Amino acid sequence: MDAVMYMIRRELLLAFRQRAELVNALLFYSFIVVLFPLAIGANAKLIATVAPAIIWVAALLSVLLSIDRTFRSDFEDGTLEQLILSDHPLSLLVLGKILAHWLVSGVPLLVLTPLLTLFLGLDAGSSKVLMLTLLLGTPVLSAAGAIGVALTVGLRRGGILLALLVLPMYIPVLLFATVMVAHAKAGAPVAADLSMLIAFLILAITLAPLPTAAALKVSVS
Amino acid sequence: MKFPFMPFLHRISSPPRFYRMACRWIPRLGWTGLIFMLVGLVWGLGFAPPDYQQGNAFRIMYIHVPSAWLSLFIYTVMAVSAVIAFVWRIKLAEVMIIANAPIGATFTFLALVTGSIWGKPMWGTYWVWDPRLTFELILLFQYFGVIALYTAITDRRVGARAAAILAMVGIVTVPIVHYSVVWWSSLHQGSSFKTLDNPAIAWSMLVPLLIMFIGTNLFYLAVVFLRSRNELLLREKQTAWVGEILDKGV
Amino acid sequence: MLSNTCPSLTVSSLAAVRGETRLFSDLSFVLEPGQLLFIQGGNGCGKTSLLYILAGLRLAETGTVAWGGTDITQLGKQFHQQLCFVGHQNGVKAELTVWENIQGFQSLKTGKAGDIQACIDTLGLAGYEDSLAYQLSSGQQRRLALSRLLFSSQPLWILDEPFTSLDKGSVRFFESLLVAHSQQGGMVILTSHQALDLSGSEAVHLELEKAA
Repeated sequence: MDAVMYMIRRELLLAFRQRAELVNALLFYSFIVVLFPLAIGANAKLIATVAPAIIWVAALLSVLLSIDRTFRSDFEDGTLEQLILSDHPLSLLVLGKILAHWLVSGVPLLVLTPLLTLFLGLDAGSSKVLMLTLLLGTPVLSAAGAIGVALTVGLRRGGILLALLVLPMYIPVLLFATVMVAHAKAGAPVAADLSMLIAFLILAITLAPLPTAAALKVSVS
Repeated sequence: MKFPFMPFLHRISSPPRFYRMACRWIPRLGWTGLIFMLVGLVWGLGFAPPDYQQGNAFRIMYIHVPSAWLSLFIYTVMAVSAVIAFVWRIKLAEVMIIANAPIGATFTFLALVTGSIWGKPMWGTYWVWDPRLTFELILLFQYFGVIALYTAITDRRVGARAAAILAMVGIVTVPIVHYSVVWWSSLHQGSSFKTLDNPAIAWSMLVPLLIMFIGTNLFYLAVVFLRSRNELLLREKQTAWVGEILDKGV
Repeated sequence: MLSNTCPSLTVSSLAAVRGETRLFSDLSFVLEPGQLLFIQGGNGCGKTSLLYILAGLRLAETGTVAWGGTDITQLGKQFHQQLCFVGHQNGVKAELTVWENIQGFQSLKTGKAGDIQACIDTLGLAGYEDSLAYQLSSGQQRRLALSRLLFSSQPLWILDEPFTSLDKGSVRFFESLLVAHSQQGGMVILTSHQALDLSGSEAVHLELEKAA
């Protein structure tokens, strides 16, 4: 547990020192959300209907953008070698990094979302359900993204490849989250969707650090 | 990790031995597969009775069902090779991952395309966002991911290890595709096979399907041997046994 | 003396391949406690690859590295706990201060209890405690990376070009640190292009030749 706490503390400190990055990621998120109404035009009803989808796609893309940095700087300055050779299991350190990434990029995104749903004209009920799906879903995005980053961190141009590897893993989360919001809106039961999202969350947090750690070792060699 | 069958695994996976075996089996498997496929296709497209509901449109099944099966089967083979490659670092298993990926991607693509063509007369649309179709599409992306990751890494062995991790992670999609028609209410129809005692479709339609099935599987084996043989030769080109083969001018 | 008795490191018929090129093959040696292995050779002859393989960061094409008779790939973490590694890159976080970096080193590897301030003074970094690491010169950053050795209780040290961009005084200081470590029964494996004064230790030289 010490290892996890150490990584979280270190990552938060580093994120604080580079807070401009953090703001940029949030700006990116809001920009994507804003682009959709601009593209759709003055059709408030349509915008409100697709609002959950817009928010989710924007969240997905902004996580994809920010996750790339999680291991890249560690790889470049040689810290990754030291993490692998440390006394602690690498998968625990990785878990710490995933949690820290969620705290730094997922949580601010959650805080910003109510404002954006207001802007998109989403009703309060759906907005609450959407927030719940984001709360459960964004840690999954961080965890699954870490696998992709770990696989591509050794490559000089890993960006597009990262998207190709990670987006398929994101699709199930996106599907169940948006379906859940739609079901809630229609008054249908959401227990099945909710339990799927919770299952994703538990699986991602417990299992994703293992392939991530293995992939980091491969990338360093 | 040590297991009792390890010496056996190492012996059968020795590259020169595999090369000789592949050379012997490729023509046999390939030609038998092609003959079966030809018979199955002619029978299925020309002689099997039309379906009482779907008319002649169902005949695309003779390509669609074997492709869909292979898309899942090949991924499973790839993931098993990945486990062997990752845990025991057997070169042949590394080669198998890369040899399988493009074949799997092709059959997945074929399954999606034939499915769309079948969907148009049946569902009135080429594509629906149905769980089975969606996850089959994800499977296609996963194949692309494995290929792209392997080609992006210059060192072949490192690339194979990275691709192995990705292939292992992606195996979750295979059961999801397989059980999707059971788990979710879906437009996609249920399995045509189920049990042989009580098939979901008539025997006169099933026999050509089984022949196609055997044919495509044999064909797949021939292609995977062909591809892995070439990849192995490329990887081992500095070794003595490849040198001997080159000298003989095969 | 070191807390744990140090076993020997046995390298048998090791071969490394990078891409299509064979770096070295059939490399065998045994390193005993108290010995210092000095690896030399021209650029691109596989020194860093060898160190990576010895540290268990990279897999050898063929051959084994054994620590006390057991293959290091099987020992895994157990072996890494015996190892202090300073690579070609410093492993220093540029946006953390000198103090925070050293704290980080100590969190990742348990070592001798030590006072961070005393360590900073020894490194000649007094006055830079709260400077961010990227504000330091490259030599100072290298010293910061090597501060891992000051706290290290691990018997095996693997160092890749430890003395690049260090001034004469620092080189002499770290030379004596390496000699002292080997005299206490530890093991050191290092590469360097510089000629080093390692008198007082049992230094073994290994010259890697560029494969034809």
